[in-house]
Amino acid sequence: MKFFKLFGEYILLMKGMFTKPENFKMYWKELMHQCVEIGIGALGIVSIISIFMGAVSAVQTAYQLTSPLIAKTTISQVVRDTVILEFAPTLVCIVLAGVMGSKIAGELGNMRVSEQIDALEIMGINTKSYLVAPKILAALITIPLLVIIAMALGIWGGRFASVMSNIISTDTFDKGLLMGFEPFYISFALAKAYTFAFIISSVPAFYGYNVKGGALEIGRASTTAVVTSCILILFADYVLAAILL
Amino acid sequence: MIEIKNVSKGFGDKEILKGVSALMETGKTNLIIGTSGSGKTVLQKCMVGLFEVDEGEILYDGKSFTSMQEEERKELRQQIGMLFQGSALFDSMTVERNVKFPLDMFTKWDHKKKIDRVNEVLERVNLKDTNKKYPAEVSGGMKKRVGIARAIVLNPKYLFCDEPNSGLDPQTSMVIDLLIKEITKEYNMTTVINTHDMNSVMEIGQNILYMYQGEKEWVGNNKEIIFSKNKKLNEFIFASEFLRDAKDMRMLEEKGIIDNDRNMEEVMKDPEAHLLMGDNEKRESHPDREDEK
Repeated sequence: MKFFKLFGEYILLMKGMFTKPENFKMYWKELMHQCVEIGIGALGIVSIISIFMGAVSAVQTAYQLTSPLIAKTTISQVVRDTVILEFAPTLVCIVLAGVMGSKIAGELGNMRVSEQIDALEIMGINTKSYLVAPKILAALITIPLLVIIAMALGIWGGRFASVMSNIISTDTFDKGLLMGFEPFYISFALAKAYTFAFIISSVPAFYGYNVKGGALEIGRASTTAVVTSCILILFADYVLAAILL
Repeated sequence: MIEIKNVSKGFGDKEILKGVSALMETGKTNLIIGTSGSGKTVLQKCMVGLFEVDEGEILYDGKSFTSMQEEERKELRQQIGMLFQGSALFDSMTVERNVKFPLDMFTKWDHKKKIDRVNEVLERVNLKDTNKKYPAEVSGGMKKRVGIARAIVLNPKYLFCDEPNSGLDPQTSMVIDLLIKEITKEYNMTTVINTHDMNSVMEIGQNILYMYQGEKEWVGNNKEIIFSKNKKLNEFIFASEFLRDAKDMRMLEEKGIIDNDRNMEEVMKDPEAHLLMGDNEKRESHPDREDEK
């Protein structure tokens, strides 16, 4: 029963965002601000994770492929496909759910508790469209870009680790990268990125926007938002894989 | 003028407001007072539309706020300013940007005109050289003044203040009270203040609504409150021995029984003084006094 109540409130929050902006310029400024916060803010952590996940997947794949009958180019193929299909969209988005989710829930929760949202409402501003919509839009713009960056850095990390560990040469790695490449994998990864971006931004925004109480409740809302986002990402990951692959 | 007509509001099974009717007059400081849980905050939130009323009507200059569509409400809200208990300033913005925010959102003025207006209202609330400071860098009293500046920057017709003195020392509280009173007169606004502060009641209570357990218990002004015989009101307002004595003194002053030429011995012999302070005898039955005995 509680699930249906929460889901209903979530739908109402989403529905409430679609109104005419009071001042388009201010909304645009807020959107750009959120793009910087979400996109640039997460670039560092995304880069570090991507490089290491590519490097680790290269080293581990090489460790497991001991048979001389399997071509060395398989290593780069495995790195490419795992990074594009799973690591870049899913792993990065799970990390972003933690980083961005808690930030969004905390920010909105603090605004709710300190009556800043009430102050905006009384001014005649639709807080759902002014505070929540730019965050979701910014996530939809920047997270797929971050995922693309993660793909590139992940593959580069795998290549770098392969060379540094004397697993395969750069030429062999590059040759393997081009073998049997399915461009659909990129579309699939981007479909995942858009879905996860919506989850990462809208779920924490919902929990933050509806905080009741004080500092303790803000912390609880952030935790709930991150946990719920992670579960929904994994669930959506399975559903998308089952439908699209 | 804001008219509250038979407003009721509840949460779940609990009824908070029970058919409250009142009138908030233009150009006056209208105070809503009452103990914690008496429904004054809920009433104020119903008035500004943060809560929807279950029954009754709220009229702004004759227009029913309760039956307005969202777009009409948005328009009306641009004529409403509100000072919140915790000031509700935007933490990430400077004082200047906080005050400028309503101008950015609702006007098409150029930057210079906006800054001039911001400086004008900041000066009006006696805040200078704070434009570039962040809310975390200014004192509680200054935050309230920034809140007032932001509330009046669009020249509102209605000003709502929720506990404007909470967390402030008596001297700063007085400054804020007088500022609100002056601004109300200057801008000819309908100001509604929700307060616990007895100094505010006595100093700026031009129209007072006393709420008790969700109902309107008493209406009057700061002169009438001195002479009120309402037991619940007196127990709330004059809760301490000090305040009861102050009430007696004010009452005697108002009636001209105390003046500079008479000493207290003479006053105490005056039968009219005894008649006025008749309530004092009733104090013997006041629970506090019982404890003292």
